Amino acid sequence: MADAKITLEQVLHVAKLARLRLSDDEARQMQQQLDAILGYMAGLDELDVSDVPPTLHSIPMDAPLRPDVPVRCSDRAETLAQAPESEAGGFAVPLVLEVDS
Amino acid sequence: MSFPWQSAIEIREQVQTGAVSAVDVARAHLDRAETLNPTLACFLTIDHEGALAAAAQVDRAQKAGETLGPLAGVPVAVKDNLCTRGVRTTCASKILGDYIPPYDAHVVEALRASGAVILGKTNLDEFAMGSSNENSAFGNVANPWALDRAPGGSSGGSACATAAGIVPIALGSDTGGSVRQPAAFCGITAIKPTYGRVSRYGLVAFASSLDQVGPMARSVREAAALLEIVAGHDRRDATSADREVGTYRAACDRGVKGLRVGVVRDLVDGLQDDDVRRAAQASLAALEKEGATLVDVALPHAKHAVSVYYLIATAEASSNLARFDGIRYGLRVPGQDLTETYTNTRARGFGPEVRRRIMLGTYALSAGYYDAFYLKAQRVRTLIRRDYDTAFEQCDVVCTPTTPTPAFALGEKTDDPLEMYLADIFTLPPSLAGLPAISTPCGKSSNGLPIGLQLVAPPFEEERLCSVAQAVEDACGLVGERPPAIG
Repeated sequence: MADAKITLEQVLHVAKLARLRLSDDEARQMQQQLDAILGYMAGLDELDVSDVPPTLHSIPMDAPLRPDVPVRCSDRAETLAQAPESEAGGFAVPLVLEVDS
Repeated sequence: MSFPWQSAIEIREQVQTGAVSAVDVARAHLDRAETLNPTLACFLTIDHEGALAAAAQVDRAQKAGETLGPLAGVPVAVKDNLCTRGVRTTCASKILGDYIPPYDAHVVEALRASGAVILGKTNLDEFAMGSSNENSAFGNVANPWALDRAPGGSSGGSACATAAGIVPIALGSDTGGSVRQPAAFCGITAIKPTYGRVSRYGLVAFASSLDQVGPMARSVREAAALLEIVAGHDRRDATSADREVGTYRAACDRGVKGLRVGVVRDLVDGLQDDDVRRAAQASLAALEKEGATLVDVALPHAKHAVSVYYLIATAEASSNLARFDGIRYGLRVPGQDLTETYTNTRARGFGPEVRRRIMLGTYALSAGYYDAFYLKAQRVRTLIRRDYDTAFEQCDVVCTPTTPTPAFALGEKTDDPLEMYLADIFTLPPSLAGLPAISTPCGKSSNGLPIGLQLVAPPFEEERLCSVAQAVEDACGLVGERPPAIG
C-alpha cells in the first residue's frame, strides 16, 4: 500500500473529524473505496491551474442586502415539537460541562 | 375517462370549465398511486387528506366563479427533500425519518398558490446523493419501463411517478444531474434551471453552490408550465436571481429556425453505446431538418467534471450535513456525552453513500489537503465554465446525450461507487457552470428503454431550451407512449 492515496489511519482520523464511527470492516472498505476515488481524481494533476482563479459563484451575483426589519419567526412550540428532547422552552442536550458539587 | 394519463394542461382546462371536479381528479390519481406504489416504491408518503382538501378548495373556488390558478386541480408529486409544512419530509434518510417541517419550501408555496394538488412526497437517494435511487433508506424505486432497471437518481421517485401516469408533473432537485438523469432513464422531460432561477428556500441543502429545484413532466410544454410557476425571486434565498421569469410555455412554439446547435462531436460520436449514439445523431438530424444549424463545439475540460464535482459537492455536503447532530430535530441516539451523542446519531442515521461523501468532503477540506483537492477543483471548475463561454460564441445551445447508456440494471453499480459516479459525466459539466439544461426523450434503445438528449444554454436562457426540446419531442419524443411494465 505504499502508493495509497489515503491510509486506514487517515480514514479513522477523518471519521473522527466528521463525527462518524466506522467498524473495522467499514473502515477497511471505506479506505479502499476512497483510495480508488482519489486515485481517479489524481487525473487533475495533469492540469496546471496555478494561474486560474477558483470559481466561487458559477453565476456572477452581488451579495444582496435586505432591510433590517423584524419579522415573525417560527412558532416555538411547533419548532420544539421536532426536537428529540426539550425542556423549559429549549432544546435539551446531554451534559456539556462537568460541575463540581 | 382516463384521468391518470391526461396532461396537466388538459386537467386544468377541464377543472376550470367544470367538466370534471378537482376532487374526482385527485381521487383517480390517489387510487393509481396506491395501486402502483407497492410495485414501484416511488412515494414515501401519499397525502390523501392534504390532496383531497386542496382539491376541494379548488372546486369551491370554481363553483364561486373565480378564475382558478394556472395549475388548479393538477396533481403534483414533490421530492421528499422539499419541506412541506405538516407533512413528513425524510430526505429518504433515517436521520429525518419522522421529521415534520414547520414551514413550506418556496416552491411548495408556489405550487399551493397555483392551485396544484400535492399528492405526496417522492422517494430519492438519501439526501439526493446518488444516481440510481438505490441509496434510499426506505427501498428501491423501480423503472416503469423495466422493473429490474434503475429509475435513475436522485429524483427517481418523481421521475417514476410521472412516467407511470400517477402524476402529470413533479418537482425534483438537481445538483449534478438529479432531475435530468432519471428523466432520461424514465422517458420524461426535466429542466435543471440556471443556478439562482428557482429559490432553494426549504430545499434541504446538499451542495449549496450547485443545488436547484427542477420541473419534471411527460412533455416539454408541461415542464415549461411548471417552471413558470416555481421560478422567480425570493429574498429568503440569498442566491435567488432578481430577474423576470421567462415565457417558457410560449417558447415551445418558437421553433428552431436559425438556431445554432453546438454538437460536442467527440462526446456524441465517441459514445460506446450504439443505441444512444444513433438516437442522438437522429435527433440532431431532425433539428437540422427543422431549420437549425449544427456546428461542432468542444468542451476540452468536461472529462475532468467527475473529479471536480465529487470534490466540490462532497466538500459542501460535509459542511451542510454537519447540522444533523441529533439536537434540534430528527433522530437522536444518546451517548455518554455530547460528542458521543453526535457520533452515535450520525453513525446510525446516515447510510453508506452519505457517509462516504461526508468522508470524502471532510478529507478534501482538511488541513494539508485543501489546496491540493478543494481549491484545485474550484480552479478546474473555472476551466469548465470557460469551455462553455467559448462554445456559446459559436452556438446557441450545446447538445450531448444526457447519459452514456440507457437505464442500467438495479444492483449493477452498487458495489463500485466510482463506476456509479462516472455515469454522471454528461450532466455534471453544466451543473458546475451553473447553466440551465434540459433532458428530453429522443428515442428508445433496441430493448425498449428510453434515451434522453441534453441541451444546455447560457445563463437564464431556459426559453431557448424549451424551443429546441419541443422540436426534439415533436420529431422523436415519447409523449403518449406508456411504459409496458405497468398497467
